[in-house]
Amino acid sequence: MENKEILTPQCIVEGDDTYDLVYDKSHIMTETRLHYCPGCGHSTAHKILAEVIQEMGIQDNVVGVAPVGCSVFAYDYLHIDWQEAAHGRATAVATGIKRCLPDRYVFTYQGDGDLAAIGTGETIHCVNRGENIVIIFINNGVYGMTSGQMAPTSLAGMKTTTSPYGRDVHTMGYPIKVSELIAPLPGAFYVTRQAVHTPNAVRKAKKAIENGFKYQKLGKGTSFIEIISNCPSNWKMTPVQTNEFIETDMIKYYPLGDVKVPSKEDLKELK
Amino acid sequence: MEQNEDIRLMKGNEAMAEAAIQAGMDAYFGYPITPQSEVLEYLTREMPSRNFLALQAESEVASINMVYGAAGAGARVMTSSSSPGWSLMQEGVSYIASAQLPCLLVNVNRGGPGLGTIQPSQGDYFQATKGGGHGDYRLIVLAPNSVQEMADFVFLGFELADKYRNPVLMLSDGAIGQMMERVIFRNREIKKIAKPWATTGKTKDRERNIITSLFIQPEKMEKVNLELMKKYEEIEKNEKRYEEIFTDDADYIIVAYGLSARISHKVVLLAREKGIKVGLLRPITLWPYPSEVLNKLADKAKGMFVVELNAGQMIEDVRLAVNGKVRVEHYGRMGGIIPSPEEVEEHFEKFIKTL
Repeated sequence: MENKEILTPQCIVEGDDTYDLVYDKSHIMTETRLHYCPGCGHSTAHKILAEVIQEMGIQDNVVGVAPVGCSVFAYDYLHIDWQEAAHGRATAVATGIKRCLPDRYVFTYQGDGDLAAIGTGETIHCVNRGENIVIIFINNGVYGMTSGQMAPTSLAGMKTTTSPYGRDVHTMGYPIKVSELIAPLPGAFYVTRQAVHTPNAVRKAKKAIENGFKYQKLGKGTSFIEIISNCPSNWKMTPVQTNEFIETDMIKYYPLGDVKVPSKEDLKELK
Repeated sequence: MEQNEDIRLMKGNEAMAEAAIQAGMDAYFGYPITPQSEVLEYLTREMPSRNFLALQAESEVASINMVYGAAGAGARVMTSSSSPGWSLMQEGVSYIASAQLPCLLVNVNRGGPGLGTIQPSQGDYFQATKGGGHGDYRLIVLAPNSVQEMADFVFLGFELADKYRNPVLMLSDGAIGQMMERVIFRNREIKKIAKPWATTGKTKDRERNIITSLFIQPEKMEKVNLELMKKYEEIEKNEKRYEEIFTDDADYIIVAYGLSARISHKVVLLAREKGIKVGLLRPITLWPYPSEVLNKLADKAKGMFVVELNAGQMIEDVRLAVNGKVRVEHYGRMGGIIPSPEEVEEHFEKFIKTL
């Protein structure tokens, strides 16, 4: 398509034909090929995050913090400044960045092992200080990168490589609901749980991320966006089956929706 | 008193904190631990009237990772702790060294191992100079022996950190941190260099900046390793610091740093009163280590006596430096015990009689 020409963001001309552009990859996404398994929710979560950054026009002004886990290479995929944190320490790293660059948008992108196991202390104290950052928390109930061990969020009875007979909550603990755990903290400004397993869920998750970034301007506390995701490789299911499992099992234990929303008074200054 | 001099009576910890503010520190992250809690106390007291941030973190683990974030964002940043807390920071220090982030770290050494004691010790020498955390990396290690040096080395530490994009460790101890002495603050010109690599937001005129210590392809990791080794060679070439006291005519050399060097200075004076020609070599940088000067001194000396508040750690570097030219022995107390100069002098005399 040598003669493809983009006239406006909405209109493409190819030879004699003119098309309306109805979908385009966000220019915030780099050309690097994603390493995620086919059907993995990380790709979708990256995409909507990139779209929010693009649509808000904050590329120049944003610093991301990548975790250790499947999304350890998140910094390869979004065309923004990034720091790669030690396992579990993303919110501490983000605190250091945000406190020194208070006018930048700072976010962390973390999985459940990173945020809810090894980084629990950092997570709780970051939110308790009301750090003005966005925390994007991908919960797929399993350690993906190390290939399928039990996560703090693995459902009761869930079979993983380290709970081969299913998670016995009496000896291995209960799946931890981080959103509900941190929402009562005064520093938590906005806490929501979303998912990326259906088009409608993706739209809502994107809106939640956008809210988080907008609220960051108010300087009133932490926005925490949990995203229920899937893991075809380690759940040992097809991508379609994982989406069904989210609907039948994950969401039953981790209900979707807002856990804590700002009051109208809180949002008064937001145009 | 010169016009641009400000003379005060302060604790080492406080002098260090004051120096950090004067050195244009942007941010300090820390967690209380004896014997260095005065640092965070001093800084939080001064913060409202002076332009910097001091934040009490929930742990040393969080502190060091906040330092990582702030240093990566281009700030002049610092943390301080004492032995158990410094141990907790080691993972983060390794990441900081790998990502080549300039920052000033301080360990006000107390007795160990374990929870140990809150009294002064030099038991963290190995940890400070041989690694501490995982992987091949080096810290520039400065060892002050006075309240004045605790202040001065803050300025020096920030400068060296920026110059080499490398973490600098000031290894002090509970005595130097807690003692009160005269300290002079001079009006200094504060130099801050541009940090085009910092993550400040990807503006249109540059590519995105990524601060990371992950290089998963072995070829890339080795390239980073080699780059670090090259930098460390450069530091070894340029930054060795030491002090020589009465070494010119010395038959014997005492080697000691920090608090031990203060005690040993007195030992030298006591021995010289008795007509024993002894000198003191005080390493100021513990890494890079001043090996060459020790090797040279070994040509004339009959023996070397290493005084440390530990079971014998720096003695290994002294033996490596003199490479068998002379006998090297050690005297040390542990557990937070500070030996008197007379006690050390007695053991020194016993040593020289065996030569």
